[in-house]
Formats: sequence, C-alpha cells, structure tokens
Amino acid sequence: MAEKKWNVTFLVNRQKGDGPGRLEPFRLEVNPDEYVLDAVERIWAFHDRTLCFRHACHHSVCGACGMRVNGVEKLTCITHIKDVTKDGGTVKVEPLRHFPVESDLVIDMTPFYSRLEAVHFPQVVPLNEAPDPDSDSIARDRNAPSDLARLVDCIECAMCISACPVPLTNPDYQGPAILAAIQHQGIAKNPDLLPFADNKNGAWRCHSAYECSEVCPSNVDPGWRIMDLRKQVVTTRIKNLFGSK
Amino acid sequence: MTTNTNENRALIWKALSWFDVRWRAPGTWAFALNRITALGLALYLSIHLVVLSTLATGKDAYQAFLDAVNMPVIHFGSYLVVVAGIYHGLNGLRIALTSFGIAVRYQKPIFAGILLFTIIVSLYVFLQMFHII
Repeated sequence: MAEKKWNVTFLVNRQKGDGPGRLEPFRLEVNPDEYVLDAVERIWAFHDRTLCFRHACHHSVCGACGMRVNGVEKLTCITHIKDVTKDGGTVKVEPLRHFPVESDLVIDMTPFYSRLEAVHFPQVVPLNEAPDPDSDSIARDRNAPSDLARLVDCIECAMCISACPVPLTNPDYQGPAILAAIQHQGIAKNPDLLPFADNKNGAWRCHSAYECSEVCPSNVDPGWRIMDLRKQVVTTRIKNLFGSK
Repeated sequence: MTTNTNENRALIWKALSWFDVRWRAPGTWAFALNRITALGLALYLSIHLVVLSTLATGKDAYQAFLDAVNMPVIHFGSYLVVVAGIYHGLNGLRIALTSFGIAVRYQKPIFAGILLFTIIVSLYVFLQMFHII
C-alpha cells in the first residue's frame, strides 16, 4: 500500500540576535503519522542548515523539544502532524513564550533552571512521601520502604511556564513548575521554601487558568499542586500564628 | 523615549494576549471571561458612581438624567451588567473553592455548569427585561 503523503506548510520562527522574529514558510511533503519534530529536522537537513532548535531523546523524556505548535505548547517529538493540521494546511512552529530567544526555536532556559535550583528541586523523591494528585497512583506507595526513591515526574520542559498567562504581564512570577517543585517537597518539611511560595510572585499570583496542567506532558498537574501549595502555606501560617513548630 | 514607547506597546500587546483563547483549554476561557466581565463591571461601577453623584445636584437633575438615558442601548448595557455579574460571581466561587484545593479536578465541569447556568438565566432575564414574555 502506498504511503500517505500530505503537503503541509510549516511556518517556522526565524530570529537571530536581538532582532525581531519572523515566520518563514517551508513547504514539505510529509507522512501525517510523522511527528512535528521530524518535519523540523527535515527542514534543517534539507532546506536550511542555519535553523536552530533543541532536541535529544525523541520520546518525551528529556523535555528539550518543547515548542509552541499552532500557538499551543507541545513536545514536538510526540506531536503527530495529523493532530495539528490537515492535508494542504499549515503548522506554525514557535519558541516557548516568556523566555529570551537565543536563536530561531531555541530559548534561554537559564532563568527557569536558576529558579528550580533556588528551591533545590530534587530529581528523586522517597516513594512513600511523594505527594501526588492521584491518591490511587502507584507513584505514591505509603507502605514502601523509606529508602526507596523514584524519579520526579517533571522533565523540566518549561512548557507550563510558556502556557501560563500570568508571566505575560508579570515576569517575576515564579511559575507553575517551580511552585510544583516546592509543593512536591512540602513546606512543613522544608520551611525555608515558604518565602518562595508565600509572596506576591508565588502561589498567590496564580490566576487559575490551569493551562499549565493542560500542556504538561508528564502528568505533574502543576495547577493542582499550586492549589495544594496554597493549603500548605495557609496551614503553616496558622500554625506559626499559634506558635507551633 | 522610543524604547519606553516600544516597551509600553509590548506590555499592552501582552496584556491583550490574556484574551487570546484560540486552541486553549476551558480554564483559559474561564480566566479570559473572568477578566472581561471584571473590566465590564468595573466600568459599570465607575459610571454608576458618576450617575449617583447627580443626586447631589437635586432630585430634578437626577430625574432629568434618568429620562435622558432611558434608551434601548442603555437598557441593553444594564442587561450585560446582569449577565457579567452572574458569570463573574459564580466563577468567583469556583476560583475560591479550587484555590484551596477543593474540587480542583472538577474545575472544567464546574466551569461548564456555570456557563450553562449563566446562559439559561441570561436568556430568562433577557425575555423578562425586554417584555418578550
């Protein structure tokens, strides 16, 4: 059987230095079952070798290929072309929002990593202590031995930051991934994290759009975690009010 | 000066992006609608206070003002205030609940319910207010 072929125009952000970005069209014949990242790689390989983009694992583990596809944050390595366009259609590929653009589709993630580091986000958590949105999830086994740990779900793709509407007007907002990282560790066990969560750019700045949870490819559910963090903050403040430790 | 102007334009453009809900999830629609209704209600409150201030100039002046604005377009504006008030109030309750971890997982169905309730009540108020039933 002949392979399905679609003609799709990819509008790719081109931006060098401090100059303004522009969308450059690339017309490709693609298999609709291919992924958006495949198309971006083919543009780089056969059309323009100066195109800059990030990628690594190709199976949604590294979080490097997060981009905005038709205005929505997607891991391009797991986003089928057929899910974002049609034969003869267009696909707009842009870098994540709220970050300085280094080149084309590559953003400077330094502010994001610095904030994660400031809240000493762990890469592993004890299996019996990992707070999880789903109480039935195997991710949280209360009976597990305390020396067992698991990798945290967050793959640090920063797509939640890009999807959040708050940094549009408040770049100092900590952002969903950072607040989720605080919630993950717990204020009660880590009181030094309280100042990061309990300030005007912390948990209280969230406007409940829940777009972070929608775009998260790893089921971290930052929206739920921010709301849970608020509970933690209020509980801690009430306890502090009555002088309990 | 040019830099400031460009920065201001960028900030305005970013603030307007709050309302760009294309391809976004229901939570963003709820957020954008909340902002729009909040701006509408704030505008209404400002106008309302100005109108009330005409009371200070006497009963006749106030009545004359009311007669002058007794127009269908103003009535329709009042109707929009009712619609905005219903949505904004109910969505405020949704946000208050979810803000403290209550029913966060159900924020989408709750939003759908609020939207449906707002549409039904708004339709009833429209029919009543404009004497259709």
